[in-house]
This record gives sequence, C-alpha cells and structure tokens, in this order.
Amino acid sequence: MIISIASGKGGTGKTTIAVNLALSLENVQFLDCDVEEPNAHLFLKPVISERMSAYIPIPEVAEETCDCCGRCQEVCAFNSIAVLPGEIREHGSVLIFSHLCHGCGACSLLCPLDAIREVNKEIGIVEKGFSNGIQFVHGKLNIGEAMSPPLIRQVKKHVDPTKTVIIDAPPGTTCPVIESVKGSDYCILVTEPTPFGLNDLVLAVEMLKTIGVPFGIILNRYDIGDDCVDVYARENRIPVLMKIPFDREIASLYSKGLPIIGYKSEYDSEFKKLLIKLNLNP
Amino acid sequence: MKQIVIISGKGGTGKTVLTASFASLAHNKVMVDCDVDAADLHLLLHPSVKERFEFRSGQTARIDKALCVECGKCIDMCRFDAIGKDFIIDPIACEGCGLCSRICVYEAIVMEENISGEWFISDTRFGPFVHARLGIAEDNSGKLVSRIRQAAKEIAVQENKSYILIDGPPGIGCPVIASITDTDLAVIVTEPTLSGIHDMLRIIDTTGHFQIPVKVVINKYDLNLENTRKINDICESRNIEIVGRIPFSAEVPRSLVQAVPFVEYAKDEVTAEIISIWNTMESILQGKNLTTKGVQ
Ligand code: SF4
Ligand code: SF4
Repeated sequence: MIISIASGKGGTGKTTIAVNLALSLENVQFLDCDVEEPNAHLFLKPVISERMSAYIPIPEVAEETCDCCGRCQEVCAFNSIAVLPGEIREHGSVLIFSHLCHGCGACSLLCPLDAIREVNKEIGIVEKGFSNGIQFVHGKLNIGEAMSPPLIRQVKKHVDPTKTVIIDAPPGTTCPVIESVKGSDYCILVTEPTPFGLNDLVLAVEMLKTIGVPFGIILNRYDIGDDCVDVYARENRIPVLMKIPFDREIASLYSKGLPIIGYKSEYDSEFKKLLIKLNLNP
Repeated sequence: MKQIVIISGKGGTGKTVLTASFASLAHNKVMVDCDVDAADLHLLLHPSVKERFEFRSGQTARIDKALCVECGKCIDMCRFDAIGKDFIIDPIACEGCGLCSRICVYEAIVMEENISGEWFISDTRFGPFVHARLGIAEDNSGKLVSRIRQAAKEIAVQENKSYILIDGPPGIGCPVIASITDTDLAVIVTEPTLSGIHDMLRIIDTTGHFQIPVKVVINKYDLNLENTRKINDICESRNIEIVGRIPFSAEVPRSLVQAVPFVEYAKDEVTAEIISIWNTMESILQGKNLTTKGVQ
C-alpha cells in the first residue's frame, strides 16, 4: 500500500505528517520524493548504507561520423541540439544543451549516420538506509539541475510493495508532484486554514482528481486562520482526517528536527487511527 | 531598473507575505508572481485583469485508432511509459518528444499542441501585476515563468519603472532557475528550523551557481534562537548579509484572512522590521555595487 503526503502550498507540515505517520506504523518504507529540498532525513536521521548516482541519457556526437545534416536538431522537441554547419568542406559542429535534454532518445535513434550515442549525465543521487526499522530512501537533485521528475522516478523504483510505503511529495501541483503521487493508493493533503492554504488546496484537489488518486485533508494549525478550509471540505465532501492545533511545542520540536511521536504521547493514537480512517486494507 | 526576486528554497517561510509588503512599500514598480504552480500573491494584491493570454507550450501525442495496427513499436520506444497496452496515450506521462509519431510507419500518431495555462496583465492599486495560472497537471512551468518575466520587463521598460518585484517558487529546480536568472538581487527568506537552514543552503548554492547576489531575511527568528545563531554563523562564513530578522507573530495568518499586505494590516514590530528591510534593500539596489556572494 502506498500513501503519499502532499500539499499545494509549501510549509504546511507535509514532512511532519509523513514522518510521524511513518513512525507510528509497522513495516514501513519511507520515500522522500521532494528531491529539490529533501528534509525528512533531518527528522528520521537514517543511517545511509547505499548511495547511487542517478543519470539521464544525453546524446554525444561523434564528430568524425557526423556530416551536419541537421536531422537531430529537427527532431529534438526541446531545442537541446543545435547544428552549426561549417564553411564549405570545413567541418561544422553540433552543440548539445544538456540541461534542456529530456533524454527521449529521438536524436540518437533517428540520426541517419548513427553518429549519436547516449552517455549518462548525473542529475542527482539516491540514498538508501534505515532508521528505527523504517527503510528510508531519498533523492537529492544536483544544484543547478532543472529537471526533478527523472530523479523522482529513480527514487520510486525502490518502492517495496510488501511494506506500507509513505511518500513525502514536493510542494505544488505540477510535474514533480504528479510524478511523486501517481500510483498511490491514497494521498493525504496537508493544508492550513488561510486563504493561501485554501487556494493551493483547491489546485491540489483538482490535480488529484485528474490523476485519479483518492484523497483526504489534514488541517494543520487549524486555529490560526478562519474556517474557509472546513467549509470547502464540507461542501465538496472531502474527509478531514485530522486537525492539529498551533502549538509552540510542536513548532519547537520541528525547528530542532524532532518528530512529534515520542515527544507528545497524545498524538500516538491519533496517527495510528489515521490509517483506519483511510479505509485501506494494508 | 532592478529586478528583485524573493525566494526561500523551503515553502511556507513567508515569501509571499514579504513580497506583498514590499509591493506596498516600494514606489514605481511592477510585480510578478512566478510561483505559477501555486500562485498566491493575487490574494493580497487583488488584481483586476486587463489582458489575458493563452500559454501554449509543448505537444502531446495522440494515436488515431483508425490508422493504428497495434504493432507496438511505439510502446517499446517511448521512454516515458506514456503509451498504454490499449494504445491510448496518457497525456500526463507524455513529455511530447514526438519520437513515437516519427517512428510509426503507419503514420497513426499525431502531435497536438498543448494549451498549458493562461497568464494575465493586471492593474492593482500597487501598480501593474503580471501573473499566471498553469493548467491542471501541466508542465513547463519554467517556460511560463520566463514568459511572464519577459512581459513584466517590457512593462517596466515602457513605463520606466524602478523595480520588478518577483515572488519566486519554492525548491531549486526548473521554475526557480527561470525565476532567478538575470535578477539583480535575490532575497532568501528562511526560518530558524533545521529544514529552513538545510533548504537555505541549497538555494544559496543555486543562486551562487547562477551568480546572483543574495541577502537573507530570517523570519520568525525568535522561535528558535539557537538556530537563528546558526544562520548568522553560516551567513557570516559565506559573507552574506542578513538584512532583517522578523519576529514571530500570530497576526500574520490574520492579515491573510483580511487579504491585505501585512505592513498595511498592523503597525507593530513586524511591520517596522519589514519597512527597515525594504529601506536597506533600496539603498543596496540604488547604485551600490552588488557583488556575488554565496559562491563557494
Ligand atoms: S535525447 Fe531527446 S531531448 Fe535529448 S537532445 Fe536528443 S532529441 Fe533532444
Ligand atoms: S511523444 Fe514521446 S513521450 Fe509522448 S507518447 Fe510519444 S514517445 Fe512517449
């Protein structure tokens, strides 16, 4: 069973929920798919036992075979190849803008002279380890790298279907989030009761409806704003799975990289009950 | 004309609250909301839309069932697992590379242009505002960011504006890179939590990579003074100026409910600090040489 934790707006407590849910269940695997800004390791403090580079294939041109016909530039939908024809008889050259390349393989496959081969480019790393019996996997995107979805795909390759898998998704509603959440049995959306929280929640709900993943809401710091999220949830029949008040103690634990479970016992059963509320059979 | 981007790495540190306050304090400026993924700034600026544009970007493949003989070659070739066994293309998985349509000998696959969002030029009582809405489950947010920044720049040049204020997205990937490219100053809003520090370091490295000068603001600095000290130390060792320390205030979410920029909502120490931050930035931006900090 795969449960992902997401949130349209950042900073609403996604990682807190994901970490504490993981800590209150048995036989858990935790995947941090927020590869741009992975944070869960700060709370779970896993001992990393495996570290792997994540690559995407990018083209490399054999200048001696290439006759600068321009086919690769024509077939690349992402403008990541430019062919500069040379002076008469003088050899031209092919420029590759690797940060734009999606690794689709069109250029190498369609080059009439077979002058393009694919080489690996590192876009980040995947680390695997253990923390308190929880199997932990996360990805870290290299600085300056634009595309996180291929790295998220590599993190998700490690999903262990015999475990309860908790996925911490990145904030937002676009490609990296969809890549993280798709394939989940359930998605918990964490939000806060402000117009910002509601605005971004509505976008996240539409996104989940589009990809067809069932969902419910956790309302964090439910007493800081107004009742806009409650009203929205009621009108749209979205279950509110849990409400957490603003609590300086929780904020302080968070700031130190400590989970709630183990420090505030009143939450132990709250998190355990969560799974039952989802109506999923483990 | 100077371009200032407000970013944070980590979401929810108070970026938009700060941007809206700057919008209220700064004179003669254009605002852009580059968090096209989950845009919020309009909730505080109350734009009235003047012009509306379609954002077209990329393509999606479609299989014409009348021509398809189900040979399966496209399924084997697609690197994004976008073609199902039923020979129906999953538009969300499809990256629009067009490989399938080029290799299909029956010419059964057509590439169709995506309309992946809308963007707007609006009037607000603070000045012109350029913002966008990315379609549900659409990608290419980086391109949309570049598009609206270009529009903001055109307005700024035409109307001889002094500043472009950019509300940036969280993270360090594609839309962030598009938001910070060619700006004059990046203001990184962080908070004294381990996550806040961790994400601040990654965004500092990112701005360093693109050689953007940075300043740091610590929001809710009094929630954990030890971590605030850590941030001070980090910034000092990297030669980055901290331009403000904003105390925690329960009034901030209330100002959001009232939907006004914080500096117009309360006359308290938070507002005083934000005003002082803006004054500092203004003097930094006016003429002073900006050196690139945070490059390791
Ligand atoms: S692999 Fe695809 S995206 Fe990359 S350069 Fe070749 S055609 Fe362009
Ligand atoms: S256009 Fe590219 S990504 Fe889309 S289905 Fe065809 S091969 Fe796959």
